[in-house]
Amino acid sequence: MTLSSFVVRNTFRNKRRSLLTMLSISFSLLLLTLMMSIWRTFYIDQGPPDSVKRIITRDRVSLAFFLPAYYRDKIRTVPGVVAVVPMTYFGNVYKDDRSTNSFAQVVTDPDEYPKVAADKIVPPDQLFAWQRDRTGAMVDIELAKKFGWKIGDHLTLQSPYFPVHPEVTIRAIYTIDPPVRSLIFNTKYLEESVDWFKGQAGWYLTEVASPSDVAPVSKAIDEMFRNAPQRTKTESQQAFQLSFVSSLGNVKAFILGICGAVVFAILLVSGNTMAMSIRARTREVAVLKTLGFTRPRVLSMFVGEAIALSMAGGALGVLGATLLIRWLTHSPVAIGVPAGMRVTVPTMLASLLVAATVGFVSGCLPAYNASRTNIVEGLRHIG
Amino acid sequence: MAIPISYNVRNLKLRKGLTVMTALGIALTVTTAIFLMALLAGLQKAFVSSGNPENVLVLRKGSEAELSGGFDAALFPTLKVLPGIAKDSHGEPMVSGEWVVVIVLPRKDGTGEVNVTVRGMMPDGLELRPSAKLIEGRWFHTGQREVVVSKSIRSRFSHANIGDTMEFGKGAWKVVGVFDAGGSAYESEIWCDVNQMASDFDRQGGYSSAYLRATDPVAADALKNRVSDDQRLKLEGVLETDYYAKQTSSGAPIKYIGIVVAIIMAIGSSFAAMNTMYAAVAYRGREIATLRVLGFSRPAILTSFVFESLLLAMLGALAGILLMLPFNGMQTGTSNAVTFSEVVFSLQITWQVAMYAIIFALAMGLFGGLFPAWHAARQNILTALRG
Repeated sequence: MTLSSFVVRNTFRNKRRSLLTMLSISFSLLLLTLMMSIWRTFYIDQGPPDSVKRIITRDRVSLAFFLPAYYRDKIRTVPGVVAVVPMTYFGNVYKDDRSTNSFAQVVTDPDEYPKVAADKIVPPDQLFAWQRDRTGAMVDIELAKKFGWKIGDHLTLQSPYFPVHPEVTIRAIYTIDPPVRSLIFNTKYLEESVDWFKGQAGWYLTEVASPSDVAPVSKAIDEMFRNAPQRTKTESQQAFQLSFVSSLGNVKAFILGICGAVVFAILLVSGNTMAMSIRARTREVAVLKTLGFTRPRVLSMFVGEAIALSMAGGALGVLGATLLIRWLTHSPVAIGVPAGMRVTVPTMLASLLVAATVGFVSGCLPAYNASRTNIVEGLRHIG
Repeated sequence: MAIPISYNVRNLKLRKGLTVMTALGIALTVTTAIFLMALLAGLQKAFVSSGNPENVLVLRKGSEAELSGGFDAALFPTLKVLPGIAKDSHGEPMVSGEWVVVIVLPRKDGTGEVNVTVRGMMPDGLELRPSAKLIEGRWFHTGQREVVVSKSIRSRFSHANIGDTMEFGKGAWKVVGVFDAGGSAYESEIWCDVNQMASDFDRQGGYSSAYLRATDPVAADALKNRVSDDQRLKLEGVLETDYYAKQTSSGAPIKYIGIVVAIIMAIGSSFAAMNTMYAAVAYRGREIATLRVLGFSRPAILTSFVFESLLLAMLGALAGILLMLPFNGMQTGTSNAVTFSEVVFSLQITWQVAMYAIIFALAMGLFGGLFPAWHAARQNILTALRG
């Protein structure tokens, strides 16, 4: 019998205890993986490759203020700009106030929009139909599936910000990975029905020629409007989206706090189990030592056991988190879950590394105590 | 006959290390749950305590929030003479036409920018909100570019001390006072003169909302209906308390994340507790058999072990509450889903939160203890005595 198989056998000797410990660790690591994935989505992920060339210009003070329409033509003159479209948030209410029915509704200029949103794939004939119909709307395929919409369906929209109930016709269905679940319709249609909104836009979405243009173009745009009636704030799409997350509060501290609590909890659980399991084997340790196993040997055997146990729990937890996140991002029930969220290989490895480290740390003290036991006393031990 | 409680207490004491570690594990889960519940309780308090039951908020018909409102100033005199409005200290109807805008201020600690609500009001606006107490300096003067800031704004943003100037709108505003809004939603606002502000944001000739003080809560209800039913006005009246109660929905993201996190952690802790209890049962096999021989029934053994597990969980709950107490009253902020601006609130560990925490821990203890206790009660006496 090799040493490693001896360790594995010992790990699962008390099946119930090992199983419970593993389950306990796996739930904690599921949470840890979940938190790390959220962190990655918010702070590390660069978003889809197309989005790195997109920048957003909005009122410096607040998104609640609209920008004048002529800003669009001025932004167009900045070198490096490929296309600019006006965007306005119409609302997110559909049918009733329930959050499960909620999705984003925005207005834009359908003629130029495809140039800044090339990652939204639309059949050319549908796109053409949408551009020709002023009351037309384009929707995400996931959204269409959820509500059972087809091309040609009529929807009545409502908004908390605009006192109108426009009726739109679905003319195009787009596909994008990850899904964005939004409905887009013509800004002119809204301008026609709301007087005070004429000649305005919530923000401008700009496509630049290359990712390296993002910083200089953003700066040039803000510089251009420095003395204009409304100063602007231009940033990458990623930074723009992050500003919504950071408005929720100190999200970073929140995630770190939960991660800390989770790691500490598994440390306790794993340490507890190892202490129990080693105490029950005091006599065995004495026998091993009598047989000639050295102290470092005994020590490493027990530490190895602790690592094996928490790694097994960790693997289970990572698997659980992967399945949970996959379900969340594809479920029509879970609203507000970032669609781009997924468990990447580095995240998985990081989780397993945490599990291994915790196993190592938690096994050290009980194993050290066991390796120190006096042979004669150990043999006499009744446990 | 039931097994005395002291038996369980002594057993927990005997295996100190195990007890402490398991209880700590439960305590950690409880801490997380308390933290989230305290956040929600604080948020609730911020909104619930904001409204005055005698105040009627007037908005443009169809508009849900002050920020998306806006009506012609010409309607204001009509509002002012509606019956049922209380008199202010000058004997005039107590009404205030207001403008609310959102501005961006950089956080003091450099962690980004935050939307903050600026409220321009008429002098009666201060009388309408007696809960806001001036703690330093003085209130703003009508016609001056002066602002008063809430206590929490002062502590969270730079340039918000008395004598400092803040840059927003078309220029500099002097900070002349600091007020304490007692943890209400006003705690996140900056107040100034409505006309000054309207001109800075090119909003002259209108108001985003108006506040009317009714003579009593019953009159407030009538006043609300009178505003809404008046065909000339095309305005809508809401009780201030109702308006703020609706905004508690801003806590929804925290609530959902909190529930998921708490449940996952609780399952993990329950397994750990189960492990400990199984170990306790296994360790005491002979003892249990002896108890049975002495005449203690199976239900008595079952109850005793479940009780021991509950005791363990209770210890964890108490430790968790103690660990969290220092954070009581800690201030934090979140985005208000209705006003788009930050609402500042403090963590509130209320009796209710503590109660829920204990119930939550006991549920973990029950789940963790039931199976081992069942196992203990069903043991065969003879085998156990021999083992």
